[in-house]
Amino acid sequence: QKVSVEVLEHLEHLALVDFRDWEGVERLQKAICFADQLHEVNTDGMEPMDSVLEDRCLYLREDDVTEGNCTKELLENAREKVEEYFVAPPGNIPLPKLEERETFLQGS
Amino acid sequence: AALKDGLRSQVSAALKEGRVTPTELCQRCLALIKSTKFLNAYITVAEETALKQAEESEERYKRGQPLGILDGIPIAVKDNFNTAGIETTCASNMLKGYVSPYNATVVQKLLDHGAVLLGKTNLDEFAMGSGSTDGAFGPVRNPWSYSKQYKEKSVPKSHSKDEESEWVITGGSSGGSAAAVSSFTCFAALGSDTGGSTRNPAAHCGVVGLKPTYGLISRHGLIPLVNSMDVPGILTRCVDDAAVLLGSLAGHDPKDSTTIQDDFKPFELPNLTDVSKLSIGIPKEYHAPGLSSEILALWSKAADLFKNAGAKVVEVSLPHTRYSIVCYHVLCTAEVASNMARFDGLEYGHRSDVRDSTESMYAATRREGFNDVVRGRILSGNYFLLKQNYEKYFVKAQKVRRLIANDFGKVFRSGVDVLLTPTTLSDAAPYTEFIQEDNRTRSAQDDILTQAANMAGLPAINVPTALSERGLPIGLQFIGRSFQEKQLLTVAKWFEKQVQFPVIQLEEVKRHDSGVFQHQKSASFS
Repeated sequence: QKVSVEVLEHLEHLALVDFRDWEGVERLQKAICFADQLHEVNTDGMEPMDSVLEDRCLYLREDDVTEGNCTKELLENAREKVEEYFVAPPGNIPLPKLEERETFLQGS
Repeated sequence: AALKDGLRSQVSAALKEGRVTPTELCQRCLALIKSTKFLNAYITVAEETALKQAEESEERYKRGQPLGILDGIPIAVKDNFNTAGIETTCASNMLKGYVSPYNATVVQKLLDHGAVLLGKTNLDEFAMGSGSTDGAFGPVRNPWSYSKQYKEKSVPKSHSKDEESEWVITGGSSGGSAAAVSSFTCFAALGSDTGGSTRNPAAHCGVVGLKPTYGLISRHGLIPLVNSMDVPGILTRCVDDAAVLLGSLAGHDPKDSTTIQDDFKPFELPNLTDVSKLSIGIPKEYHAPGLSSEILALWSKAADLFKNAGAKVVEVSLPHTRYSIVCYHVLCTAEVASNMARFDGLEYGHRSDVRDSTESMYAATRREGFNDVVRGRILSGNYFLLKQNYEKYFVKAQKVRRLIANDFGKVFRSGVDVLLTPTTLSDAAPYTEFIQEDNRTRSAQDDILTQAANMAGLPAINVPTALSERGLPIGLQFIGRSFQEKQLLTVAKWFEKQVQFPVIQLEEVKRHDSGVFQHQKSASFS
């Protein structure tokens, strides 16, 4: 079954990455087809495995401050900053809807 | 001392006795890097800092206080490890110009042992790929393309232009590191291994590629691909050297809570002579579709080698093998979708000029910064993680992962010590042929034999075994039990000694290496 345009658009919003062209969509279709082979496997009664180290206790260190004070180093790699702030464009503005965006998905 | 020498056996002694100095070694490697530039193995060469480190090492040797075997040894690091003050790009436009503010733990450890960091090696963008062909700095060329052994076997072409296009790939994604070690520009290199990214190029480039047990070596500073499978990989020219590197890198790191807390004791490998107590497992499912008849024959010969030496060789079954690549595909893309979310242009890396809104800036930055492969995996991963797909794909894959890990557990509990399998389906393909198929298809094909070890977190190593009919390296893989690297490497070392893999014959190396060609014209394995 093909992926609907609604889902494709939803994915572009979630990932903040574009399909760019039909080749990108084809890639996704093939990936889904490939992944569908999983359903041939009987996993009744199996617990999902998060980590191969699940039998061990994760290391937790003491809540002591051991490093920090590296504002200058952290800011060095940012392109836009003001004093000790990273500068971002205004938030809470959603990406335009499909009809208003310049995306090849419009033609579908 | 020749550039070809093994660390422990020869170079270390030469440095201690003053027969060669760290500065000389460093300069020779730097010169060789320049003359092998056409391989495109290095993205950044840190010439100044390397020479400075070499000088400091020389001072220590003069005082008779070297830090250890690695003091003064030139090494290279894959460009997805953070290196303080040196650009770290992951071969992506997203991180071009990004200068790390810190050293990855493994890099710091190498520097603390006195190693000389020559530079950062090329890879597939963000370590996604099996050819080292899809990076922002171009593909890496396999040094064996220029070897006497390969040229002798190629059909002679009338135009020199054709010779140019016949170069073969290194495999990936740690192709730059493998090429660097293979062409003698460094003694050892760090790679990373998520689905076979260290072992695959090791096999194609004729070097030793070790994937340690997940949790043994710190991932702090390794730009993550799949948090539950990534490990730093070690590439060297012989198994003993891999043990030396492992000794300096393994152990708990408070900065990586996924490293185990058990004490790690560095070890020297014994020279095994009696293999009668060894049980070698041959998993029948690794006779995968597409496995070349050459490699199949070599695998069989290797099994016979163990049998004739008195070891117990048994056929075993890992029934879910054929699903592990599918499982890997889902889990990998899902974790990638999550890990790549950090690249938004705000705090580091490429930033787009779009400024209407945060979301549009992020979207534009990511559109400009990531290549098709990365974008494709992010989108696939997000698809599998959608609410309506989560159980069907992601959780399902996690269940299949347990089945795969259980398969290995069962086999090792039945008395098998080490598994012997091929590493790749064939020898290295010519670049023009390799790029006919897209990255995802290639990765799915090429990772088949290597990635199950990542699913189960087991240690695995590629040992160069013989040359193919085309004159290119073929390697075989040993997979061991969790945290039993000593046993795994001991077996690998015994095998390495039996097969006597030939030394690559490169014109450039001959010119730079004034040391006598002391290497064996011994009978090669095939």
